[in-house]
Amino acid sequence: MSLDNAPDAAFNEALIKEVLAQYPEKAAKRRGRHLNVKKTDDAGSSCGVKSNIKSVPGVMTIRGCAYAGSKGVVWGPVKDMLHISHGPVGCGHYSWSQRRNYFNGTVGIDSFVTMQITSDFQERDIVFGGDKNLEKMIDELNDLFPLNKGISIQSECPIGLIGDDIEAVAKKKNKDLGKPVVPVRCEGFRGVSQSLGHHIANDAIRDWVFEKTKPEWETGPYDVNLIADYNIGGDAWPSRRLLEEMGLRVVGMWSGDATLAEMERAPKAKLNLIHCYRSMNYICRHMEEKYNIPWVEYNFFGPSQIAKSLRKIASQFDETIQANAEKVIEKYQALVESVLAKYKPRLEGKKVMLYVGGLRPRHVANAYDDLGMTIVGTGYEFAHNDDYQRTTDYVKDGTLIYDDVSGYELEKFIEKIRPDLVGSGIKEKYATQKMGVPFRQMHSWDYSGPYHGYDGFAIFARDMDMAINSPIWSKFKAPWKAA
Amino acid sequence: MPQSADKVKDHISLFKEPEYLELFAAKKAQFECRPTDEAVAAQAEYTKTWEYREKNFSREIATINPAKACQPLGAVFAAAGFEGSLPYVHGSQGCVAYFRSHLARHYKEAVPIVADSMTEDAAVFGGLNNIVEGLANAYKLYSPKMIVVSTTCMAEVIGDDLSAFIATAKEKESVPLDFPVPFAHTPSFVGSHTTGYDNQMKGILNYFWDREAQLTAKPGTKINIIPGFDGYSVANNREIKRYMAEMGVEATLLGDVSDVFDTPSDGEYRMYDGGTTLDDARDAINAKATIALQEFCSQKTLEYVETKGQQTASFNYPMGIGATDAFLMKVSELTGKAIPASIEKERGRLVDAITDSQAWLHGKKFAVFGDPDFCLSMAAFLMEMGAEPTHVLCTNGGKEWEEKAKALLASSPFGANGQVWAGKDLWHLRSLLFTEPTDFIIGSSYGKYLEKDTGIPLIRLTFPIFDRHHHHRFASFGYQGALRVLVEILDRVFEAADAASDISYDLTR
Repeated sequence: MSLDNAPDAAFNEALIKEVLAQYPEKAAKRRGRHLNVKKTDDAGSSCGVKSNIKSVPGVMTIRGCAYAGSKGVVWGPVKDMLHISHGPVGCGHYSWSQRRNYFNGTVGIDSFVTMQITSDFQERDIVFGGDKNLEKMIDELNDLFPLNKGISIQSECPIGLIGDDIEAVAKKKNKDLGKPVVPVRCEGFRGVSQSLGHHIANDAIRDWVFEKTKPEWETGPYDVNLIADYNIGGDAWPSRRLLEEMGLRVVGMWSGDATLAEMERAPKAKLNLIHCYRSMNYICRHMEEKYNIPWVEYNFFGPSQIAKSLRKIASQFDETIQANAEKVIEKYQALVESVLAKYKPRLEGKKVMLYVGGLRPRHVANAYDDLGMTIVGTGYEFAHNDDYQRTTDYVKDGTLIYDDVSGYELEKFIEKIRPDLVGSGIKEKYATQKMGVPFRQMHSWDYSGPYHGYDGFAIFARDMDMAINSPIWSKFKAPWKAA
Repeated sequence: MPQSADKVKDHISLFKEPEYLELFAAKKAQFECRPTDEAVAAQAEYTKTWEYREKNFSREIATINPAKACQPLGAVFAAAGFEGSLPYVHGSQGCVAYFRSHLARHYKEAVPIVADSMTEDAAVFGGLNNIVEGLANAYKLYSPKMIVVSTTCMAEVIGDDLSAFIATAKEKESVPLDFPVPFAHTPSFVGSHTTGYDNQMKGILNYFWDREAQLTAKPGTKINIIPGFDGYSVANNREIKRYMAEMGVEATLLGDVSDVFDTPSDGEYRMYDGGTTLDDARDAINAKATIALQEFCSQKTLEYVETKGQQTASFNYPMGIGATDAFLMKVSELTGKAIPASIEKERGRLVDAITDSQAWLHGKKFAVFGDPDFCLSMAAFLMEMGAEPTHVLCTNGGKEWEEKAKALLASSPFGANGQVWAGKDLWHLRSLLFTEPTDFIIGSSYGKYLEKDTGIPLIRLTFPIFDRHHHHRFASFGYQGALRVLVEILDRVFEAADAASDISYDLTR
């Protein structure tokens, strides 16, 4: 690697070749399309990688499934609805309380986020179908949890294979209960990753929420929806604070800490602000087409992007809001400076590799830049071409890019590049740490957070510091072993 | 300004700051359209009643907070316990992401498992191509000594035939003809993770004893021990091996994950470490007997082992005095080796400790939930200490378990008021704890929601434990393990006593 810690393109290109050489021929060809080095003339293109393609069997993909994208990401956080994991017990069990989408409410009474509700399919359900029981189950749930505002049916693999008609059940129960009952066809075998689950979940909002309700709402001039912030570790709350401080009225938060009412009234807003583009761009495009609501992408990771985003959002409104945005940026300046003064000297020049879902591999890059750190490799589990296009604005030339990385590839990349920090998921955490490389989980914030907004940036900086500068890294080699 | 660089506040304290409390209140009042506080309070109170309990117990379909996982989780766990073994799941890839995360969150270890990533086309045409490609790639990339195949429900619903598919993959040279690829069908709509463990363990033995070569048993003096699905396996397996060494018994643990899920941090990531050697698995056919430490994880496997002429015995998680006594005496009986004085001394120390502390436990009421075998031994151990297992609840317990649990409670006066709840979930348990409360709950991390709702302290003693670290690194099996379990229970008992005391805030207890 070069001395200034900039990514080394030649080194990375050789590394890709070395890694691919280990694969059988056919798999090497398939995987080769997903690995590249970012070049200058990539601007606006896709970083030279293909994406959103089926994973290669047997290579240890890190990806999940459509159910995870719908139940785990989009629908699960909607707090006043009951979400049925429809099918066998496992999917709901493993995803039970595992995304830290915080909410205020009383669990089991008016909020249901941290519950695992399942039809627990048995063999007879596979043979005879599950529709009848689903209908009965919805009645039982409505009886036990009468303060629920609606019910979603999150399909697991068998549902689509045995030909159940959950839409018919949903229609009937919608009529019976007078509440939204939302069927979601997010069977795990659909698509190639979580991503199609996001899309299907978005379509279900369109078809089963927007089309079924006409909420009364007096629209104000500054009404916005905060879209695709899942409130991991409370992320959406500091974000909401910033928007309110600049004079906007957040009429809906999707879907972290969301109620169904906040989803239903979304088409009444003036503007959609979207954080995780990958998981909710579909519904924003729909609202733009059907309700004429424009949408703006923003980024609340790190002070540079926060200021840029606040100005970008303000530019959609009048001068009052624009002046307010400047005041907000000014208000937090002292906090930003004190955070940088404390942490930047400890983190400057450190190299970071990322591998996360569909947004963070680019969105957090400038937060690291703010701390003087450099992204030397990044990649997504389930990004599409338009995500890689957006990535080119965030990363330096020579950065190693890996799409749908396999366990083998990631381990080799880390071993050879030896970054100062890896940010990825729980499945990657322990192997990386055993290699002596500091790690932070960047899906769950490693049980910390929030990381969004100015309040979150202080926590982000603290966490990266404690990962990298922990004294334990110096104890890996027993002293009696020669260095 | 709630945040500062000097004292960075994260989610634990940040959201208690006035700025955030105001934000929450305003959001609730203006935008959320939640039920009134009165309605919420009334419903919360209602859920504590006998009437709600009856409604809750009358549901037939809805399953709410079940304490069980699905078959392939148990299968990959069983597969992981062999030398150089790579668990491989035929079906949807999302399941594998879940299994890996689930085990990693408990063990704080890397959990390598591959999927063959079947998608819509495979749902239509079957997953043969996936297995042919998947085995070749896994073999080449990860250099395993064995690949162990189980299935997700997707592959089961479409009816893929593993035996035929693996044979075809070998013909197509995905892996060498003689490369071990045991398999088991593990539909998640049958049984639970304990069933999957059993199916996969049987599949592995069946591969080595019948499929790889038709072995004929030559009974020797060794014994086999099958630990079962156990979150404390890292320390428990080591404790069992220590006992066998002390007794001079030659034993093979089949599926020993103790080193697999406990690798050191020294700069090298060991994808494979430890595990039962494949030669030991082959040779296990020649054992004199096979002992299952968890009956409900091993029934099909033991039936199969019996067809090879071996004696078998099964236990229900050897934790506590009587359970450990019975296990050691059985080993002694099968091998002719005496239980040495050193172990007898350990037993005496455990009895000594319980004698010292029993007054704090006598008559205390406990709710216990977990896997079938854990529930049985936990309840038995509580009764040995004079405590009362008031509710014993097992989501994945069936009729046979229910009868066994009832007989167990009937065997002691301390079980006289105990109730057995087979096939029930943790939302049922919530009603039980409100209507017939206990002093403590024993179970997994999932019990923390019960603790929050009912105020009854939770003692974490079984898989999964996500929110406390490293419990699994200390044994619960045997006399030493029982001592540790005793201390964990006592700590909560004393904490509860201190918390409830004012006048009697005693220095010595």
